Amino acid sequence: MGQMIGATALMRSLAKEGVGQVFGLPGGANLPMYDELSKSDIRHILVRHEQSAAHMADGFGRVSRKPGVCFATSGPGATNLLTGIATAHADSAPMVAVTGQVPVGMIGRDAFQESDIIGMANPVVKYAFQPRAPSEVPESVKKAFFIAETGRPGPVLVDVPKDVQTDSAEMEFPDEFRIRGYHPWTDPDVPSIERAIEMLLSSERPIILAGGGTIISSAFAELQAVAETLLIPVATTFKGKGAFPENHALSLGPIGMHGHAEANRLMTEADCVLAIGTRFSDRSVGTFEEFEKNLKIIHMDVDPAEIGKNQRTSVAIVGDVRTSLRIMVKLLRRSPPASREDTPWARHAKETREYWQENLKVPSGEMVASRILKRLREALPPEAIVTTEVGQHQMWASLFYDVIEPGTFFSSTGLGTMGWGFPAAIGAKVARPGVPVLDIAGDGSFNMTENSLATSVTEGIPVIVFLINNYMLGMVAQWQRTFYERRMIGVDQKECPDYVRLAQAYGAEGVRAESLDEIGSAVRAAISCEAPTVIDIPIDPEENVLPFVAPGTPLRDMILPS
Amino acid sequence: MAILSIKVENRPGILWKVTHLFRSRNFNIESISVGPTEDPEFSRMTISVRGQDGRQVAQMIKQLNKLIDTVEVSLLDEHKTVYRELAIFKIRLRGAQDSMEVNKLAGAYGGKVHDVRRDSIMVELTATPDQVSAFEELARPFGIMEVARTGMAALQRAGA
Repeated sequence: MGQMIGATALMRSLAKEGVGQVFGLPGGANLPMYDELSKSDIRHILVRHEQSAAHMADGFGRVSRKPGVCFATSGPGATNLLTGIATAHADSAPMVAVTGQVPVGMIGRDAFQESDIIGMANPVVKYAFQPRAPSEVPESVKKAFFIAETGRPGPVLVDVPKDVQTDSAEMEFPDEFRIRGYHPWTDPDVPSIERAIEMLLSSERPIILAGGGTIISSAFAELQAVAETLLIPVATTFKGKGAFPENHALSLGPIGMHGHAEANRLMTEADCVLAIGTRFSDRSVGTFEEFEKNLKIIHMDVDPAEIGKNQRTSVAIVGDVRTSLRIMVKLLRRSPPASREDTPWARHAKETREYWQENLKVPSGEMVASRILKRLREALPPEAIVTTEVGQHQMWASLFYDVIEPGTFFSSTGLGTMGWGFPAAIGAKVARPGVPVLDIAGDGSFNMTENSLATSVTEGIPVIVFLINNYMLGMVAQWQRTFYERRMIGVDQKECPDYVRLAQAYGAEGVRAESLDEIGSAVRAAISCEAPTVIDIPIDPEENVLPFVAPGTPLRDMILPS
Repeated sequence: MAILSIKVENRPGILWKVTHLFRSRNFNIESISVGPTEDPEFSRMTISVRGQDGRQVAQMIKQLNKLIDTVEVSLLDEHKTVYRELAIFKIRLRGAQDSMEVNKLAGAYGGKVHDVRRDSIMVELTATPDQVSAFEELARPFGIMEVARTGMAALQRAGA
């Protein structure tokens, strides 16, 4: 391919991977790559803080299933990315983060804006590269994308010293390469799938638990086919929310700390679970010991290290969950099971679901979370993409916002990163410009990355911030009310700032919605005007998220609204 | 005790990644030795851990396999493995009688004696970790001034 500098090779490598845009912020050590970026066809989307660049790349990656790319300079630029990288790692989102680094000869001398970002990032990346010569750049980038998007996806860091960007070398852009210690593909073991079917058919109270892996591998149709053929109710984890249409007759919604009452109840009663693409997080299962008691677990996962990590498994099926489910569907079609409609369990599941859908107590009044989110659902088309921030509003979304089209709901579930939802929504909108994208936000979480309004406005990426505003760090306040005898500290935002004026200061639309009707019309107006919009929705700061499974307690001890 | 033999890419930073994994998954390494293999592209790490049940060790093996720089991870069966450790002891002497007895003890364990002085002696031992520990117990009454142990190297027997 000829002689060129490392920065040119970097841009060519990104273009070869089909990268359309990078989210980033320039600085001293990545100026050479920015200079080459200015000459390339790749769009640059300027952020106002590197953490947001990582969240945008993350949001882009989750929606497009291709690694999102973010750029940051060395030192503080790189460390600012870390929270975003760790968030993507916890939720298995594909990402390639490219950082500038001080020149090779300066590494280890505590140079200005030097940080050992490889060392700091190691626990939260799938892999990290630091090309030490310009000729190593193309292969590093190629491998970075391969690792980020195959198997269980995750973030990969490419840290490029400044002289590696500026020095030139004879470049080869390999199409073939070998990574000896990386085997992302395993063919699912068919006899294990046969055993799983047998176990599901012979158990009295089977349930499906769909995790985030179901969404990552887009196994929606296959999951639905298995559930409908076997007539098994489908719960999800919170990360798996929306893997299965939540208006489907078999849908129970998420289990866990703020799971649906019907999902937690039936999960506790089940004798066999088909768990798909889940790591059985403590927030989902309550306590590990109680969860696995009297429960046969069939575990499908692409990551063999997840099998048996948190729960004992009766049947393990390692491989891409979509492939595994496809095989299961094929086997079921070959020898269809007898109709299961009238089993006592199917009847019980139906009754339980209907009971809780009608009888879950919610606070009275108009502007309460359940009604606000149901109104939002009515105002949004089914294909709209929703992200959330982290806090009470997130758990209310889990409880009261039904995902209809699978794979349209995304949240920071593993790391629980406040400030994720808004920049992630911007990344999602870049991936899917044709559909409305809305961030279900709380005020505390939105505060953390609200300066992404500048990106949304100046780059013309119109997303909607649906701000359920109690001027509280509401989830912390709820725990202080519940576990610390109402000794409230550090949670009151004292009605600061005014979000309508904040939005307007950035040049975005800012509206306040004080009734359900105003919410509906504000959302519809925001969708049709295609301008970044903050909808400020004041609510009562005393409203709690219920049901609630207290940390360290089993799902059956779920606290219900009284 | 579980002995793990880990073949890794011979590149900078990999020892750190492996040891970091043990730390982050709450495992305590009892001994570790690292060196090149017959192929200079790979290194072999031999790591022994104690106090973990089979399920925990199996989980650790999966996590090690997940590291992209590890090429092969095996759990060695103590009974089908040759494993040795090198140790050097500096032992206090309080007279000719001590000197004779330490010499005898070293001989019994197949050790070699170095740097013999009026008031101290050094013993080099290549043995299993248990044997090294047994020697250490027997030498303790003389007064052990310093010990250096390499951690074990291990290979599965052919056909095992």
